[in-house]
Amino acid sequence: MSLELKNVRKNYREPNGHDLPVLDIPHFKLEKGEQAALVGSSGGGKTTLLNVISGITKPDSGEVLIDDIEITRLPEAARDRFRAERIGFVFQTFNLLPAFTAFENVLLGMSFARGKADRAHAKQLLESVGLGHRLTHKPAQLSVGEQQRVAIARSLANRPSLLLADEPTASVDPANQETILKLIREICKEHNVSLLLVTHSPEIAAQFDRTIPLQEFNKVLQNV
Amino acid sequence: MNLFTIALKSIRQRLLASSLTALSVALGVALMIAVLIANTVVSKTFDLQQIGYDLIVGPKGSELDLVLNTVYRIAPPIENLPYRYYEELKENKHIGVAVPIALGDSTEHGNFPILGTTVEYFAVDYAEGKKFRTSAEWPNGKWESVIGSSVARENNWTVGDEFQMVHAGQDDHVHDEKFKIVGILEATGTPNDRTVFVNLNGFYAIAGHEKPIQEAIDREAEFFGETEAEVRAYHAADLKEMEAHAGHDHSGHDHAHHDHATPDLQKEVTAILVRMKEDPRNPTLAQSRAIEFSADLREGFKAQAVNPIRPMQRLMTNLVGNIRLILINLTAFIILVSGVSIFVSIYNSMSERKREIAIMRALGADRMAVFSIILTESIILCLAGGILGILLGHGLIMFASPILEARTGLVIDPYVFDPMELTIIPVMIGLAALVGFIPGLTAYRTDVAENLSS
Repeated sequence: MSLELKNVRKNYREPNGHDLPVLDIPHFKLEKGEQAALVGSSGGGKTTLLNVISGITKPDSGEVLIDDIEITRLPEAARDRFRAERIGFVFQTFNLLPAFTAFENVLLGMSFARGKADRAHAKQLLESVGLGHRLTHKPAQLSVGEQQRVAIARSLANRPSLLLADEPTASVDPANQETILKLIREICKEHNVSLLLVTHSPEIAAQFDRTIPLQEFNKVLQNV
Repeated sequence: MNLFTIALKSIRQRLLASSLTALSVALGVALMIAVLIANTVVSKTFDLQQIGYDLIVGPKGSELDLVLNTVYRIAPPIENLPYRYYEELKENKHIGVAVPIALGDSTEHGNFPILGTTVEYFAVDYAEGKKFRTSAEWPNGKWESVIGSSVARENNWTVGDEFQMVHAGQDDHVHDEKFKIVGILEATGTPNDRTVFVNLNGFYAIAGHEKPIQEAIDREAEFFGETEAEVRAYHAADLKEMEAHAGHDHSGHDHAHHDHATPDLQKEVTAILVRMKEDPRNPTLAQSRAIEFSADLREGFKAQAVNPIRPMQRLMTNLVGNIRLILINLTAFIILVSGVSIFVSIYNSMSERKREIAIMRALGADRMAVFSIILTESIILCLAGGILGILLGHGLIMFASPILEARTGLVIDPYVFDPMELTIIPVMIGLAALVGFIPGLTAYRTDVAENLSS
């Protein structure tokens, strides 16, 4: 999957009525199967950018093209379905649903995509992240590292072609950071999934072939 | 994993709150079921559309009391009619069947009403097409009795057992005479199940049941508008025999059990059940004759003939109907309050669930999906509460029916079903949709980006 952003702008309305510019990206592109680290300081608009790419947040102007499909022009329900089917999400705080087991959390990711939940695939994914023996455990019964691995398995449930990872190792202890990162990169490579990973850690960014400092293409940050 | 499973998981996540919410609905529904069934039972019990008689003839007084006493045996007798009046009535060419009833006493054990009558009572259907059936014999003999099914069950009486009765209005006076049970009636679902039927001749033969001679003469004279001499002339043969009997030596045997028949003069009946003669060529003739007969009696001073359906219909419409309406409205209000509690429970949980909803949206759930999940939760809670309420309501009836039967004499079928119960489930679904709509809308409008980052 290729990802391309053209002239994307996003402002937030402040309580005093003024617009606060967050994103102003003339152009950004991620090639199919490419893995890139997006680096930037806190409050630099990294999470907003991921939300715009995934269609959760609509930009004020500009185009977001995924495999040449302009997703900002899709109706909201179609954007939701597009996200379910083609984009995987790994969050900093895992965002697992506490009432569901590890296996069910992965199945949940499949439920909102078109088609039936593939239970065998869900099991296989959990086994591939080393949690084949923890299928029936709920998030509260898993360690932090295990929870993030469930989240990684869930993000790949619908065989996406783009994985967005928002500081996936920030809540994980240092011993597990390397494992999680390696796991994400290997799985993406194995399944030919494009990866855009947000981090504020230069060490993590250094491991990627391509590192993109947000400041370089977000004009809002250049004007600060 | 479908939306139903997701909703179910959410409910289980908040098991205590969800259970209490469903329970509040269940209690409301149980109460409504109890009211509906109580209403069905009362309606069925007091619905005399199917009684086998056209008229109840009794002393002048309250029509309702006459019916409650004669049919339901839950009101004291108004007065008595001379036996002679029954004899005359029997000869009326328009009357097909006239069955005398003598009420007032009760059993020593269980306080069941004693009804003295003839075996003709059992020959008339107790409801349309439903005939009395006995386990053994009918009470043809003077000291014989058949008992209702509830009496047999509660007193643990069986054929061959003997019992004594308590004189009306005198709890401490137990008659010496004993009646022998010769049959147990099959359950009828009517007050007959709680009645002890004794042979009318035996009933009169009990010491103290015969009216004192002078009092009987005075009563008959007043009733028929005759002089004492006329009454004495009418009963001359009986009076002569009584005088002869007065000189008879009783020292060698029990007076109460000797074979002298009670003279008609000293007999009274509480009421007479009447069925008019029917004409197959004119099916409405019996009814018009009953109306005519009733109207004739109304003009006189002796007795009244009541169509048993009318006073009961008035009672149902004016009193029971209004009470039922109030109770049904009250329980509907309780269910509405339960619905509000579901609304409050789900709505309050929405603030803590916005993040969950945002996660589901981020995973690709559209707005309608999260709206549907919340609505499904509401429906599950309402339905679970509704079904539990129906079970609880029927459980309550099963538990309470023997107690109510013992206390009020009303026979309640614990498996009775009110067709209105069928509306409960659709009503609960409607209520669920109503109370789940606003929380569902909150889910629908949840800002994903804002709640994911919170």
